[in-house]
Amino acid sequence: MSLDQDTVKRIAHLARLKLSEDRIKSMQEDLNRILHFIDQLNEVETGSVEAIAGVNTPAMPMREDRVTDGDKVQDILQNAPEVACNMFVVPKVVE
Amino acid sequence: MTNLAVKPSLKNDLIHLTLAEARRGLEEKKFSAVELTKAYLDSMGEHRHLNAYILETLEQALEQAKECDMRLAKGEGRSLEGIPLAMKDLFCTKGIQTTAASHILEGFIPPYESTVSDNLKKAGTVTLGKTNMDEFAMGSANITSYFGNVINPWKRADGKDLTPGGSSGGTAAAVAGGLAVAGTATDTGGSIRQPAAFTGLVGLKPTYGRCSRWGMVAFASSLDQAGTITRDVRDSALMLKVMAGYDPKDATSAHVEVPDFAKALELGVKGLKVGIPKEYHLEGMPEDILNLWEQGKKWLVEAGAELVDISLPHTKYSLPTYYVLAPAEASANLARYDGVRYGLRVPGKTLDELYENTRSEGFGEEVQRRILIGTYVLSAGYYDAYYLKAQKVRRLIAQDFELAYQKVDVILTPTTPSAAFALDEKPTDPVVMYLNDVLTVPANLAGLPAISVPAGFSKDNLPLGLQLIGPAFDENVLFRTARVLEDAAQFKSFLRGHAS
Amino acid sequence: MTNRYFYEGTTGPWELVIGLEVHAQVISQSKLFSGAATDFGAEPNTQVSFVDAAMPGMLPVINKICVEEAVRTGFGINAEINLTSVFDRKNYFYADLPSGYQISQNDRPIVGKGHLDIELEDGTTRRIGITRLHLEQDAGKSIHDQHPEKSYIDLNRCGVALMEIVSEPDIRSSEEAAAYVRKLRSIVRCLGTCDGNMDQGSMRVDVNVSVRKPGSPLGTRAEIKNVNSIKFLAQAIDYEAERQVAILEEGGEILQETRLFDSAKGTTRPMRSKEHAHDYRYFPDPDLPPLVLDAAWVEEIRKTMPELPDAKKARLMKDYELPAYDASIIVAETETAVYFEAAVKTLKSKDPKAVKLLANWLIGDLFGALNREDKTLETCPISEIHLAGLVDQIVEGVISGKIAKDVFVRMWETGKDAASLIEEHGLKQLSDEGAILSIVDKILDENPKMVEDYKSGKDKLFGFFVGQVMKVTEGKASPEVVNKLLKEKLG
Repeated sequence: MSLDQDTVKRIAHLARLKLSEDRIKSMQEDLNRILHFIDQLNEVETGSVEAIAGVNTPAMPMREDRVTDGDKVQDILQNAPEVACNMFVVPKVVE
Repeated sequence: MTNLAVKPSLKNDLIHLTLAEARRGLEEKKFSAVELTKAYLDSMGEHRHLNAYILETLEQALEQAKECDMRLAKGEGRSLEGIPLAMKDLFCTKGIQTTAASHILEGFIPPYESTVSDNLKKAGTVTLGKTNMDEFAMGSANITSYFGNVINPWKRADGKDLTPGGSSGGTAAAVAGGLAVAGTATDTGGSIRQPAAFTGLVGLKPTYGRCSRWGMVAFASSLDQAGTITRDVRDSALMLKVMAGYDPKDATSAHVEVPDFAKALELGVKGLKVGIPKEYHLEGMPEDILNLWEQGKKWLVEAGAELVDISLPHTKYSLPTYYVLAPAEASANLARYDGVRYGLRVPGKTLDELYENTRSEGFGEEVQRRILIGTYVLSAGYYDAYYLKAQKVRRLIAQDFELAYQKVDVILTPTTPSAAFALDEKPTDPVVMYLNDVLTVPANLAGLPAISVPAGFSKDNLPLGLQLIGPAFDENVLFRTARVLEDAAQFKSFLRGHAS
Repeated sequence: MTNRYFYEGTTGPWELVIGLEVHAQVISQSKLFSGAATDFGAEPNTQVSFVDAAMPGMLPVINKICVEEAVRTGFGINAEINLTSVFDRKNYFYADLPSGYQISQNDRPIVGKGHLDIELEDGTTRRIGITRLHLEQDAGKSIHDQHPEKSYIDLNRCGVALMEIVSEPDIRSSEEAAAYVRKLRSIVRCLGTCDGNMDQGSMRVDVNVSVRKPGSPLGTRAEIKNVNSIKFLAQAIDYEAERQVAILEEGGEILQETRLFDSAKGTTRPMRSKEHAHDYRYFPDPDLPPLVLDAAWVEEIRKTMPELPDAKKARLMKDYELPAYDASIIVAETETAVYFEAAVKTLKSKDPKAVKLLANWLIGDLFGALNREDKTLETCPISEIHLAGLVDQIVEGVISGKIAKDVFVRMWETGKDAASLIEEHGLKQLSDEGAILSIVDKILDENPKMVEDYKSGKDKLFGFFVGQVMKVTEGKASPEVVNKLLKEKLG
């Protein structure tokens, strides 16, 4: 499979990456090279194989329902580029 | 070796001790933790051109060293008391900038300490600074760092600057160059083993789940694992003992006992079955690599091991599988860097503009490439063909190893398909660069422990590593086998005074 | 609208097809994947952990109680419990979603197919299929009214556990939709898995609405968000149905889109934010192993399920011969049922008539008073024991129903029990025949003319004599006894 430029733009927007026009072409070439490499996977017969998301997976550990965290608003906000009224600030969001 | 210039000074000795030697010296009061730390801090100052550290934490290091001396004076030294370490900048360190070598995290001061670095702190280590790396651990040459590339302390005869490998290139350069006794590293596809091989060090990637991932900036969560880069095998065993363990804060951390790894070191390999996978014999593999592999087999046989030819038939598909799964996970893991709560913000009129401006300026080219690939392979219509397919092949790769371990105890392969290359020889095609990881990636996909041991030299007199891959949670078999290789290769002696 | 299920357009009838996605906040002390608190209305960002703020390297660990409550709710909606389920990342960028993905369940939810039976006003029952229930994280909150060009982000709610309960497109009218939500709400409240509070947002409903000609394939649907009461749910559906029918009858096309309900206008409007064709790129969260439940643990949850509203209703009807209407009202809210059953327990007579009388007082007078004074059963000044005590007094003939109304008012005002108030104010009914007889005799003696008239056929005068006796006894004489004695005396 290979990517056209519109797809590159669509994917870039999904990932919230801005690609200037001159970068789109080189990115498209790189991505297609990588995809071509990945396409080797088609050689593998995987008909009845079950997918795995991870290895050495333990049983899901579960926490008891206790409040053990929070109440540290300064720690939460200390690295934020813009803060007001103890909240993060972003350009107006329209719903 | 051409440039062995051993200066007969105490300082020079101090910066070339192994961790075990340094511990003995401290316990025997031959030198203090402050002296040891100062020797390293001085060395760091003298070798800034290597660009091994993103941040040197001089004051904190001396502060920690003083505390270590107080404990040592009282005879209360903990297991790694007073050992100056390099900390890969992927581990969040409380109150100390953590960047993952990315512009997008520049200035980020974590209000928390990663489990692994905390475990090391609690064992008495001194943190010298945060080491350089490939941005978000994505790279094999340490050239994707926002803070500039790292230079390998080893030189080729032509004098060109070489890559220390990646992504843990900063830690590797620091430990090889006498800028730290040992260091932490992380390995998603070879990021510990490849730089260790390129710098003549021991690099251990433990079993997936052995060390907690809590507080370690995530690249590909199902593959990332913290490990060590050290001057010898023993140091690796000593460090891992401290770093490893179940962490209730990491749901993928394994609830298994942490053995005293050092006890396995001298067990030898008599009667051990060593698997030699034919698929690791790559087409066009350089002769020096093949010779090294042969030498390794010979050493193990001489020590009483038995060689068994095995097949890991899906090896060829490891890299393509990796380049689907790792970018897919990364594309989600890196979505949190959006300019809202921490790190870089590049303003925009709308929230979407803010996101796009911040992320386009904050992430480097390789990171953006991987985010895009990852986004694509998960997107509607392509998920089954790429992501699901890769998950299935991953199972086949893991099964290859399971079958192999019914017949053998450990697997021996070269670590890298070449020695360190010059920075100006770096490939422009990303896929060619990816091929660096071809021998290391399978162990990540299968979640297995693997170690790289320096075992010889390339035709250009650069260090080369042999890789051992063990069954899950059997790091002990790696340590005992690696010790035999280390002993036979007598590589350690070459390291002394090598820092350029 | 002539038929409940059809909208009559100019081109004939249209059938309404509705599916509901209910987000029910799980009652828990801490969040689904972090140890931060879940209290409503806390100061901004005070209930946020590093995990909730998606700080680098932070990892989720699941809260056991949330898993347990999802299973319990699954049993409550008659559903299959999946012993293995998987958490996925649902990827999208939004101001109130710090990690850039929501941890949810896509292909393998914790609870599979189930159903609910809903009762409609005409007494019929309909079964609504439930597709699934899954666990997921809530998002934070964006505050838009603090600054003209900025939004402020509070992450307190971010990471709180939600159960998303998805119905099949089986619902055919706004009445059914409302009945479905009411039923679901009464079940989760009864189970104690969600408080069902719609104005605080702990229960939220997204509505998928489409219309079609009867028998045709499904039409294009619109998804309506921001519906925060059952009343608005019905309004939103009716508005949306009319809007879609109007568009289709003019030859237009329905856009598949997300619309917001405007409760002030009672209308829906498209969301302004450009949501590019959603591509959530779900994939299994590599930070979380599959959730494998122990079958014995699940069975234990099933065994300890409380009685559900349907079963409770059937039992009340059977044991106390309560009419279906009364029983439905009593089981609709857990608090009501608890209050009622506690009251029945202390009632001296468990005779169906006494229980029915208790139900009348509860549904009628007590609910009326609660509504008037904006109180709930929790803040009600009349305890269940006291209400039962009042009914006892009536059943035992200590006071009449009329006096009881007065006693009830005094109970409401003072919080005292009926017996002491009756004693205190001397409201006890006079039923001693001897005492009443002497009063009757006296009144007949004092009114010979009236007695004469009555005997000569003026039957209506009987009421006059009753009234006189009541006047003398200040209403406390037992009406039965007075009637009986007067009849005997007057022949």
